[in-house]
Amino acid sequence: MLQADLNIIAPEIILSVYAMLALIFAVYTKKDALAGLLIWTTAALFTGLAIWIGMSGSGENIAFDGMFVDDGFARFAKVVILLSAAAILLMGKDYMERRNMARFEYPLLVALSVVGMMVMVSAGDLMSLYMGLELQSLALYVVASMRRDSIKSTEAGLKYFVLGALSSGILLYGASLVYGYAGTTGFAGIVMAAGNGQVSLGMLFGLVFVISGLAFKVSAVPFHMWTPDVYEGAPSPITAFFATAPKVAAMGLFARVLFDAFGGVIGDWQQIIALLSVLSMFLGAIAAIGQTDIKRLMAYSSIAHMGFALMGLAAGTAFGVQALLIYMTIYVTMNIGTFAFIISMEKDGRPVTDIKSLSMLSKREPGKALAMLILLFSLAGVPPLVGFFGKFYVLRAAYDAGLAWLAIAGVIASVIGAFYYLRIVFYIYFGEETDALDKGKSPILWGFLMASAVIMLVGVVNLFGIETIAANAAATLVN
Amino acid sequence: MDNLLSIVTFIPGAAALILLVFLRGDDAAAHRNAKWVALIATGMTFLVSLFILAEFDPSNTGFQYVEEHSWLLGMQYKMGVDGISVLFVMLTTFMMPLTIAASWNIDKRVKEYMIAFLLLETLMLGVFMALDLVLFYLFFEAGLIPMFLIIGIWGGKERIYASFKFFLYTFLGSVLMLVAMVAMFADAGTTDIPTLMNHQFSSDGFTILGVPIVGGMQTLMFLAFFASFAVKMPMWPVHTWLPDAHVQAPTAGSVVLAAILLKMGGYGFLRFSLPMFPVGSDVLTPLVLWLSAIAIVYTSLVALVQQDMKKLIAYSSVAHMGFVTMGIFAANQQGVDGAIFQMISHGFISGALFLCVGVIYDRMHTREIDAYGGLVNRMPAYALIFMFFTMANVGLPGTSGFVGEFLTLMGVFQVNTWVAAVATSGVILSAAYALWLYRRVVLGDLIKESLKSITDMTGRERAIFTPLVVMTLLLGVYPALVLDIIGPSVEVLVANYNAAIGDGSLVASAASH
Repeated sequence: MLQADLNIIAPEIILSVYAMLALIFAVYTKKDALAGLLIWTTAALFTGLAIWIGMSGSGENIAFDGMFVDDGFARFAKVVILLSAAAILLMGKDYMERRNMARFEYPLLVALSVVGMMVMVSAGDLMSLYMGLELQSLALYVVASMRRDSIKSTEAGLKYFVLGALSSGILLYGASLVYGYAGTTGFAGIVMAAGNGQVSLGMLFGLVFVISGLAFKVSAVPFHMWTPDVYEGAPSPITAFFATAPKVAAMGLFARVLFDAFGGVIGDWQQIIALLSVLSMFLGAIAAIGQTDIKRLMAYSSIAHMGFALMGLAAGTAFGVQALLIYMTIYVTMNIGTFAFIISMEKDGRPVTDIKSLSMLSKREPGKALAMLILLFSLAGVPPLVGFFGKFYVLRAAYDAGLAWLAIAGVIASVIGAFYYLRIVFYIYFGEETDALDKGKSPILWGFLMASAVIMLVGVVNLFGIETIAANAAATLVN
Repeated sequence: MDNLLSIVTFIPGAAALILLVFLRGDDAAAHRNAKWVALIATGMTFLVSLFILAEFDPSNTGFQYVEEHSWLLGMQYKMGVDGISVLFVMLTTFMMPLTIAASWNIDKRVKEYMIAFLLLETLMLGVFMALDLVLFYLFFEAGLIPMFLIIGIWGGKERIYASFKFFLYTFLGSVLMLVAMVAMFADAGTTDIPTLMNHQFSSDGFTILGVPIVGGMQTLMFLAFFASFAVKMPMWPVHTWLPDAHVQAPTAGSVVLAAILLKMGGYGFLRFSLPMFPVGSDVLTPLVLWLSAIAIVYTSLVALVQQDMKKLIAYSSVAHMGFVTMGIFAANQQGVDGAIFQMISHGFISGALFLCVGVIYDRMHTREIDAYGGLVNRMPAYALIFMFFTMANVGLPGTSGFVGEFLTLMGVFQVNTWVAAVATSGVILSAAYALWLYRRVVLGDLIKESLKSITDMTGRERAIFTPLVVMTLLLGVYPALVLDIIGPSVEVLVANYNAAIGDGSLVASAASH
């Protein structure tokens, strides 16, 4: 029995053991000199695990009496999480090394947070949910303040920690209410208690608090305040990490709680999610207009994108979850490309994040400028780029679920949002010549930027077959 | 040739890719290569597209040259042309080589310029050929990207404002159409355009927040599509982006905008609004007809007082598009025939007029009407060409402009006499602004110092105008060339429309309750 359970969580065990062993090894040997090597091995391990999980897993496996669920949905989310984390680690390597930030703890903290994320998307119980969430969050608090001597970075870490702890508290309070009224912490038990379409007032309270706590993690409005500050304060590669893997994990967890534990009372949470979605889309679109710092802008952009992803969740159908998964995958791919560019932005060897510094980039580096053009239009959701299809899927899901008003609100928000992406294009292509940014030298960053842009363009053919994979994954969650 | 349409569509795109990947350098030789590649590619597209016309069977009212591949979400990559769309395809392939030739003097970022135009051609052709709702949307929207860059990079002084306005205005219009498309997809379970044309969308009235919606879903979907196409046409009062975009765009950009991009709106009405939402169209026909009539008169008056030549022609375009919408929503054979004819003819005439402005703009770098006068003394050939197209714009019998205006007016006269009467006064106004423009620019004595050394048209410029003159005259004296091709398809369209709305239209029955 135990043997079978351990087999199911083998990837998580391998990753945790690796992180701990590497930590001890590095402490007793060359410490920070090993950072570069550890980044490579961690990224390689992530990729290997992603391939393993993607290829080998089948069916629905439940471990530890329902604490841990390994199904198609979890595997899909894990593959996206692992691959994006590996990409971000490699992208940031050069940046961290040249700024003396390449501490050996960095890749290992990322590895630990990835373990947390993997537990999150597989959680089948409020306890494992909280364990995964906290493991992820604690590791992220530390990496946010990675640059110890920078006030901004420290501030970012502290803000993230205080607000994150608050949200964890809210979530725990909600979880305790749910436990109190359902009599169990297992999702399977909760869904029985709330399964007949009737949910007691106390349980509803608990649900609302749990949703609030999770909304904080996906930075949905009105729980988004930390996002711009943390994005701006953290070093660029770490911002890139915040924008990708943890968002997928939090969305996956969100979907899991809502469908596995509260799938019987969709009507009770649908309106809440729809509201979070519409607020996020509009705030993200409007607040980004005034930003001059590209990282802050990307923070608002990610808030708006989370709004769109939540639209798929609000649909409350298998197709909605499929749309959510497709949306998140596309979102992560676009963000990897965009952040590869942001990480490469520097002047005289120092990082720059002012949008104005991009003026007339198209003259000096036409290739990179074109890739950014494609990514920005994709982020804005203009066809024929892949970003459009993400939006199309969630719109379709929302419309089918009878949320036509949400779909209309979404497209209007996307027009407002298009403005600030266009503004960056404006600087890149029509601006006036100013002091040039340094020419990017890193082939890794260039490679990720170009690959992501090409994917956005070529994906129009069939989205690389992700449609069916996501459909199968969604079917395991919603039935 | 099973995939003739795809070949035609993607030749320019492939050329753009070749330029992007293989052309290096920023010197005169590279510029020349870029121009020649673009010219050859667009020329080739035109030649290949002649095969479409050659084998096209007008008596077959279905879609021809259909090709189909499965795509995402049960959608299709499906292309095809019928009598309504085939001439728009030809118009596009015909105008593009001329546009490229007209941009021979560009010297700023030539490679990117040519890539943008080539991509634009692919996307425009895709719009007219797509037989899948979402595929159509894809091409329709994607065209915004190159056009945004064309206006923004190679435009005039206010180009930034104009490019943002152009993009956001048209984007807002079309996202509402996207929601309607999602609704249609959900309702019919398919995005196949021929199937959707036979699908009956519900027209049962209901209320939203206490407001009764006559014609139900059909009316709402019609409005959503209308938001997109009316902006694209553009119709009064959502036309304000057009003068800005036209004035700021480079000459070739204006030509493409006026000759082809505006036609997407009219094409959309014919492909989607009338056949798919007949009841919705019927309910809102009076609104559209009156908007068109107002557009014709109002924008003609506005054109009268313009100081900028391009702006004047832009407003004149809006007025002429008023005839088009009027003809379409007359929904009878003459009206729809006339509307399509007017769109084709306006493609040649307005394109030529913008080129005329381009000719003197290239020499004097101003579009102010006051900066010119008496050009006939030094540019006799130019004066002749400009006069010809001015007359065609006014709708002089013998030019193609006359046929379109006459047919649309005749069509709408049978439906709504008052609208026809108001619109006819627009014909007089158009004569007023066009002739006055001509007098101020070309006639009179040449007194301005700066103009004393202006030179007449070069061989290249004459070569660009020749095909346009030929087409305008040919269609003017022998309109059957066009009408024979579009006639049968339009007949079916009108017959289906009338069958769908029945004898007692919904408005009439609603009014009697």
